Amino acid sequence: MSLRSRLRSWTRTLLRRSHAESDMDNELHSHIENYADDLTRTGIPREEALRRARAEFGGIERVKEECRESRGISFTESALQDLRFAFRMLRKSPGFTAVAVLTLALGIGANTAIFSAVNAILFESLPYPHPERVMAIPEVNRDGSRAKTSFGMYRELATRNRSFDALSLFASWQPTVTANGEPQRLEGQRVSWSYFRALGVSPFLGRDFQASDDVLDGPNVVILGYALWQKRFGGDPSIIGNQIKIGETSGTVYSSNDMFTVIGVAPRSFENVLSPSAELWAPLQIDISQHWAWGHWLDMIGRLRPGTTVNQATQELTALGAQVIQTQHPPTYGKEVRYSVISLQDEVTRGVRSALLAVLSAVMLVLLIACVNVTNLLLARGSQRRGEFAMRAALGAGPARLTRQLLTESLLLALIGGVLGLIAAQFGVQAIVALSPPDLPRLSAIQIDRNVFLFALGITTVIGILIGLIPAFRASRNNNSNNLKEVSRQTVGSQRVTRHVLVVAEVAFALVLLVSAGLLLRSLERLFAVPPGFDASRVLSMQIDEVGHRYDPDPVRYRFWVDALDAVKRVPGVESAAFTNALPLSGDGFLDQYGVNFEIDHNPDKADDAMRYAVTPGYFQTMKIPLKRGRFLNEGDRAGAPAVALISESFAKRKFGSTDPLGQRVHIGSPDFWFTVVGVVGNVKQMSLALSEPDAVYTTVNQWQWIETSMSLVVRAHGNAAALAPDIRKAIWSVDKDLPISRVETMDDLIAASAAERQFTLILFEAFGIVALALAAVGIYGVLSGSVTERTREIGIRLALGASPRSILSLIILRGMKLTALGVVIGLAGALAAGQAIASQLFGISPLDVATYSAVTLLLAGIAAIACWIPAQRAARVDPMVALRYE
Amino acid sequence: MDRQMELLQGTLDMLILKAVSLGPLHGYGILLRIQEISDNHLQIQQGSLYPALYRLEHQGWISSEWGESENKRKAKYYRLSAAGKRRLQAEAKKWNRMADVIAGILRTTPEEV
Repeated sequence: MSLRSRLRSWTRTLLRRSHAESDMDNELHSHIENYADDLTRTGIPREEALRRARAEFGGIERVKEECRESRGISFTESALQDLRFAFRMLRKSPGFTAVAVLTLALGIGANTAIFSAVNAILFESLPYPHPERVMAIPEVNRDGSRAKTSFGMYRELATRNRSFDALSLFASWQPTVTANGEPQRLEGQRVSWSYFRALGVSPFLGRDFQASDDVLDGPNVVILGYALWQKRFGGDPSIIGNQIKIGETSGTVYSSNDMFTVIGVAPRSFENVLSPSAELWAPLQIDISQHWAWGHWLDMIGRLRPGTTVNQATQELTALGAQVIQTQHPPTYGKEVRYSVISLQDEVTRGVRSALLAVLSAVMLVLLIACVNVTNLLLARGSQRRGEFAMRAALGAGPARLTRQLLTESLLLALIGGVLGLIAAQFGVQAIVALSPPDLPRLSAIQIDRNVFLFALGITTVIGILIGLIPAFRASRNNNSNNLKEVSRQTVGSQRVTRHVLVVAEVAFALVLLVSAGLLLRSLERLFAVPPGFDASRVLSMQIDEVGHRYDPDPVRYRFWVDALDAVKRVPGVESAAFTNALPLSGDGFLDQYGVNFEIDHNPDKADDAMRYAVTPGYFQTMKIPLKRGRFLNEGDRAGAPAVALISESFAKRKFGSTDPLGQRVHIGSPDFWFTVVGVVGNVKQMSLALSEPDAVYTTVNQWQWIETSMSLVVRAHGNAAALAPDIRKAIWSVDKDLPISRVETMDDLIAASAAERQFTLILFEAFGIVALALAAVGIYGVLSGSVTERTREIGIRLALGASPRSILSLIILRGMKLTALGVVIGLAGALAAGQAIASQLFGISPLDVATYSAVTLLLAGIAAIACWIPAQRAARVDPMVALRYE
Repeated sequence: MDRQMELLQGTLDMLILKAVSLGPLHGYGILLRIQEISDNHLQIQQGSLYPALYRLEHQGWISSEWGESENKRKAKYYRLSAAGKRRLQAEAKKWNRMADVIAGILRTTPEEV
């Protein structure tokens, strides 16, 4: 039905309804008047005749109600009537309405916002054709951990498999693009030619990669992202076929020609879930002859052939892998290789699934607490309206009609709350996107769409019925007593049980949520208490990229780094400064894992993985990384001098135990150079505070095989580090004004960002925890004070019979605390389950952490005690006479 | 007034159908006619008449239209529909059988048992 015809039918119903009503009214009045006419004719005065006619006719409203019922009153009609009445009732008590609506709006809004994220990230399928066939394909180690795959293996699998329409490799790429004379460092990907085919995406303009693009020394071609094309190239379609300047920063792997031909533009709708910030793509162009062809540094995806199952594909790849190992004996593989074929959807959401579901559960708890509060408000109002219900019953409203009326009221409350909640959710969604950790996938898909709207509508309806059921049930039962007298004494018993259940539920829900929030908070505290291995305070960092081989050959480039460092050191306020190729906790370092081979192993094929740092000599002093043995690197360790290296403490201990590592010789990556270990330095967290620090080797920039093209500057300031940023940037630009400087951040901020996902979960949990605490406090107080008010008469009797105010006080507090205790017990059981569910979000703390549990229990017990004490205090001061007269 | 009887349960509908079968009537007229043809023996609660009328109309046994009463007032007239006619016959038959049976039972003497 179209909107217009729907409106028309609705108005018709409305018109017919008012028509029928006025008909009925006219008919009944005409009856009375006809009768009065007859009476008048017998000599009775008109006034008296009318009065008598009305009296004999009986209650006209009751007759009307019965007529409506016999006429088979339409559902819409009575619903509209209920609705109008409900509106009037809500308007009549604006305070109650405001509190109830706001409470529900808070709950519904928070739930809708969180659901919009959960829906986009976990439930919606990826924005590709047949998303269920797009798979991530990592290698799986013997211990179940995952590894990246190699080009050598990919080459064999891609040509021999029959399970996939397309297999593709990809690696991250940070090129510097120069357009209109302005260099900018961008995120991109190096991919196999079949990358877009595997995802099922065709270019918006130009052509896709083809096999001939993806060969060693093949053409320099690039596909641009839609946004980049718009932003940097003005959305000009003639860009296709033109050359743009793209500087490499990784320098070592890819070709050295920096002019790329633009062959295509990705569609605007293309969402690259594998690297959301990537804006341009170029072919990998690796060849099996290169020595990194068998290195584990690439990720693989594939598009399953229709009809092929995940199991078949897994078995085929694993079998093919075994054949490759048998025939080619790659040095980087053991006796076997196993592949895992996982839907890309699961792969992309793997890291955030548990956190998101935990947040969703938390926000649902908030909603439950909100519902308990509103139910309690409705109950209290139900007691006040008992007289009204009795009146309506006497006037002919049946129990079903009363129940429907009350449900209409609660649904209306929920609906108003839901509308406000949806508005609040709009802001909530913005807040979530703003707060979200950088690795949260599918951020752009988070919005209030049809599914989210239906979700909000669904929970609103459920809430409306849920909060209305108990009060409605009660009111329709009161109806049986069928008199206008206040009937409170008869109902106090069951009312009390309901209230008790509400208190217990409230305490239990709040406890579960607060324990979870507490555990997360303590985890984050523990995490930030982990020493990163360096002193982050007053240290500023920024990344500098040397564009487009301007400084080839190496000595010229080295000169540039030295000049830049000298310029920075001259900036007032700088205590010390240094360069490093990989900055701890910045996300750097995936490409800087090297095989390190010690001379004492007497086996050139046996290598330990270690993080390789190329640093300028002042690095350790600037970062305050402690020296454990030997000496730091110094200015004497330059090209031509004997090559030296430092190793990290963990590496030294693992490799040499208590013996002295100084003087040992190592190969780092290449077997062509020996480095001599001259010192041992403290361990540094590289990837994350939560992970154990990697073994590390340090060389000077100048003694490494090449001079780095991209380095991070670290500066220790005398005072505020962040304030130095503009001056330092100016100093570097005084050496070369065309260099892109990116990622300007203090080390403190980097550490905080490295825990961003935990922090995200924590912020949401804390927010919900605080809301839950406030709601629960208000709710517990409301329920308890309500039950004390109801028992005023009983208290009066007790006082009249000689009970001391003191004993009344303890009686009431004791009852309240008993309920609280029951709630705590149930809540503890729930919290144990919740703790297990969020275990993966915890760090350095048991899900059974006693301190958290006791603190939360005490907090809630304290709040409950105050909530009991205030009404108890009031009750104890009650004048027995007043209390007895109360009813 | 001692000759007046309360209406037996379930008979009001039948009496209304009978009353309007004699010609279209408004609600008050139905009341008067039933009193008239029962020789004022039957007492009908005025308030209970209208719900019954609405029910019968809803079931399709009578239909209504607005007209003018003898007192020159606007009034809603009810007339028997075809379905109502059949219904009335069925009800009357049932009632007569029931009355015979009851009367038979009440006539029973000890000798007949």
